[in-house]
Parts: sequence; structure tokens; C-alpha cells
Amino acid sequence: MTTPTAVALEDAKVAFRLGDGRVYTAVEKAHLAVAQGEFVAIVGPTGCGKSTLLNVAAGLLKPAAGSVKIFDRPLAGLNRDAGYLFQADALFPWKTALDNVAIGLEIKGTPRAEALPRAQKWLTSVGLGAFAGRYPHMLSGGQRKRVALAQVLIRDPKILLMDEPFGPLDAQTRQVMGNLLLELWNADRKAVLFVTHDLEEAIALADRVVIMSAGPSSRIIGDWRVSLPRPRDIFEVRLDKEFHALHREIWSVLKDEVMKGYAQSTHAAEAV
Amino acid sequence: MSRPTLLALQILVAVVCIVLWQVLSTVPVFGKILLPPFFFSNPFDVFSQIVKWFSSGVIWKHLGITLTESILAFVIGSAGGVLVGFWFARQPLVAAVFDPYVKMVNALPRVVLAPIFALWLGLGIWSKVALGVTLVFFIVFFNVYQGVKEVSRTVLDNGRMLGMSERQLMRHVYWPSALSWMFSSLHTSVGFAVVGAVVGEYLGSAAGLGYLIQQAEGVFDVAGVFAGMFVLSAFVILIDYGVTLVERRLLVWRPTASDGRG
Repeated sequence: MTTPTAVALEDAKVAFRLGDGRVYTAVEKAHLAVAQGEFVAIVGPTGCGKSTLLNVAAGLLKPAAGSVKIFDRPLAGLNRDAGYLFQADALFPWKTALDNVAIGLEIKGTPRAEALPRAQKWLTSVGLGAFAGRYPHMLSGGQRKRVALAQVLIRDPKILLMDEPFGPLDAQTRQVMGNLLLELWNADRKAVLFVTHDLEEAIALADRVVIMSAGPSSRIIGDWRVSLPRPRDIFEVRLDKEFHALHREIWSVLKDEVMKGYAQSTHAAEAV
Repeated sequence: MSRPTLLALQILVAVVCIVLWQVLSTVPVFGKILLPPFFFSNPFDVFSQIVKWFSSGVIWKHLGITLTESILAFVIGSAGGVLVGFWFARQPLVAAVFDPYVKMVNALPRVVLAPIFALWLGLGIWSKVALGVTLVFFIVFFNVYQGVKEVSRTVLDNGRMLGMSERQLMRHVYWPSALSWMFSSLHTSVGFAVVGAVVGEYLGSAAGLGYLIQQAEGVFDVAGVFAGMFVLSAFVILIDYGVTLVERRLLVWRPTASDGRG
């Protein structure tokens, strides 16, 4: 492929020092490349270190070994090319929806008078044009995610990192948000690294699905290309034969890891 | 319960209390007055004392002094609390070194400082302001310290990922978070500013509500003491109401318990 690589993790290893002095290895020998314009989903059982890997790509975590390259340049400090959509609520609760979106521009030095109309435009494109004056606590969970999406996208990052962004939402809202994300992504095709525990969501959204093994010391154990045609509609793509075949194939690998992860977490709970 | 009924019941409580007080302090029960006027005065005398203060205008000077002292104590104490709270929260080493001393000073009942402040700063308003400051400072300090330290990790990371510099994080994340904690203690700190001023006046001064009460007590003028207490409570309630208005304006972004939405 001739397109440049947006994110490249080579042999990345992430380890944490635990309270009692032991070292916990979360992720080992992670090889992952996301090409420009590519939508990659990482799926794995709970606690496998998917979010850890994402934080490494964001520069929020430093790998213990291996390298991280962003557009072929080694990453030092925070990843300035990336926008990050968090799983938990990350909006500034003391700012209105409009100010929350505008802040992305104001930080870069855009004058407020110029930032506000552009923020309003973004709010409209995520379907919240009428909610500009609301504070985050006055919005529903799905609406807050929309604001967060606008907050990240208004800066026009080259890479989009998403950490189970729709995890806390109900099933219907997730599908609606998924379609909104695809629609916005289709406009300029940023490189996306999308972490989820939901295999169906991953296949429906992504160009590639990467599977991680159960932690600790989890590794990338599978990499599937999703060749479903675009533009996709999440509601309909799930009825596709190819979707089902792919789902069955990936699930056969993922299932074992999920059971392993589950066994480990119950085991750990018993040990406590 | 509807608002008018509630209000009627609330007024009823006051009326019953005042009538009981008036009756028991003037009408003998089984040949004995249960509330001797010397110790308990009676509502009528107290009320006429209050009317006299307001009609002659003496009270305004004292109210003005107490208000000035309270405001000064609040402003200086809050400013100090915010500054030191921020400093300690951002410099854990400083916080660790000073921790036992902060606890020690805070454990001290502030009343014992009043004579020292009177010695250092004289009998004017500044000794009262100083007493109020020692009370307000710690409340604001602890809240701001907590507020800065307990900024949500996710919100902070979000700010960083959006490209905020340390200064922008300060302005858009730490500062509003600390302020919200400070405002949540606004009622307490404003109340303590008034307490500082009045206690200071009571222990030695030439003007103010505390002085008025202390003077009345000195000449066994119980009606004057009660009158002073009533004016003081009304004064505090008014200030508290003002604080509520300010709070409502500044904390619009905060969810109230009743509108918790998922």
C-alpha cells in the first residue's frame, strides 16, 4: 500500500508497576499499523489492554519497550495529530455545549467570535443545533457523546482515537451514533482506531478488525479485513451474509479469549 | 403541601412562641411568673427596643461596621484560601511539609486568637477582620485544595488531548473545578465571616452588633440582648439569601439533585 501509515506500533510493550512493587505487563509485542484513511477496530475481552494500547497511540502512556510512530515520526509526548474520544464523560461540565465545542478551536488561538459560529455548525451537524446553550448535565448520555464528537472533530485531527465511545449508551442509541460516526467519517476519511468489546459494532464500522488475547501480557492474535461495501448503514449491514460469515469466523477465535478473560477475572475476584 | 399553607404554619409557630413568651413573662401562673422579666424580658420590650434602634438610626452604624468587617474577612480569607489551596494542590511537596502545621492551626479554637489580634491590631475593625479571616481561610483553603486535586482524570486528559497548555488547563479545568468547590462552601464561609466579626466585637470593640449585645449585657439590659440577637439573625438571613442568589447565578452548570439524567 502506498498510503502513508498514520499510526504504527512496533513491538510495543506496556507495563505498570503495581502497588506492591510487582510489575504487571498489560500488553506485549503489539504490532499494529493503521493506514491513512483506514478505520481499524480493536476487539478483545474485558481487561485485555485495548484501552492501554489506545492510550499509547495517544501519547498518554509511554510504552516500556518498542516504538510508536505517527506518520513515520517517533511519537514524543502527546500525539498532537490525534483527537481522542473517551469512554467516560469528558466534557467540561462548567461549559455549555457550544462552549465545549468552541474550546477545541479557542485553544489553538482562534478568536472566540470566529470559533462560536463554527462550533454552532458542528453542533448542527451532530444533530444538536438547538441545544447549544445546554450544560452537559442537561443533556442525555447520547447527546453528550454527540457534543464530545463535535468537540474532537472541530479541531480536524488527522487521527481519531476512540475508546469504547458508545459503551455507556443503550443499544439503539449506539446504532444511531455508529451511523452518525460513519457519516462524518465518510466526509474526509481520517485514520481511526476504535476500541470496543462489541464484535458486531466492530465489523459494522471498520475496514479491519484486530483481536487481542485475554490479559495479562495480551497480544494481537488476529487481523481480519472487512470488505463490506461502503457507505454502510449499520442497521442493514448486520443482515448481510458476508457480515454473518465474518462474525462467525472471528467469534470462533474471540470466544476462547473471552472465556479465558472471564475465568481470570472470576479467579482474581476469588483470590481477593 | 402548598406554599401558602406552609407559610401560614411557619408564621403560626412564631406567633405561638411569642404569645407564650409574652404571657409567661407577664401573667402569673399559680401566683408565680414563670419567666421573670429580669432574665427573660418580654417580646413587647424587645420589639420596642428594635423599633427605637431603627427609628433613631443608631443601628445603621453598627450594622454597617459589622457588614464591612464580614465582607473584608470574607474577601481576604477567600483570596488567601484560593491562592494557598492552589499552591498546595499543585506542589505536593509543599503540602506535605506544611500539613501538620495546617492541621494544628485549624484545630485551634479561633476565639482564643481574638485577644491577640486585639493587641496586635487594636480595637478597630481590623482585629475583627483578622479573626474572620482565620475562620474563612481554612474553609476555602480545604475546599479549593480538594477541588484542584479531585479534578476528573478524564476531563483533564481530554483537555490535554485537545491541546491545552498548562496555563490553559489552569484556566479551563483547574480553576472552574476549584471555584465550584469553593462556591459549594459559600454559605458556610460567609456565615463564618459574620461569626468572626461579631465574636471579635463582643470581646472588645467600640461599634458593631457584637458590641451592642455586649453593652446591653453589661448593664443587665436583657431586652437589649434579645433585640441584638434578633437583628443579628435577620442580618445573617439576609446575607444568606444574597449568597443563594449569587450561587444560583454562578453554578447554573451544576446538576441539582432533582434533575439527575442518565
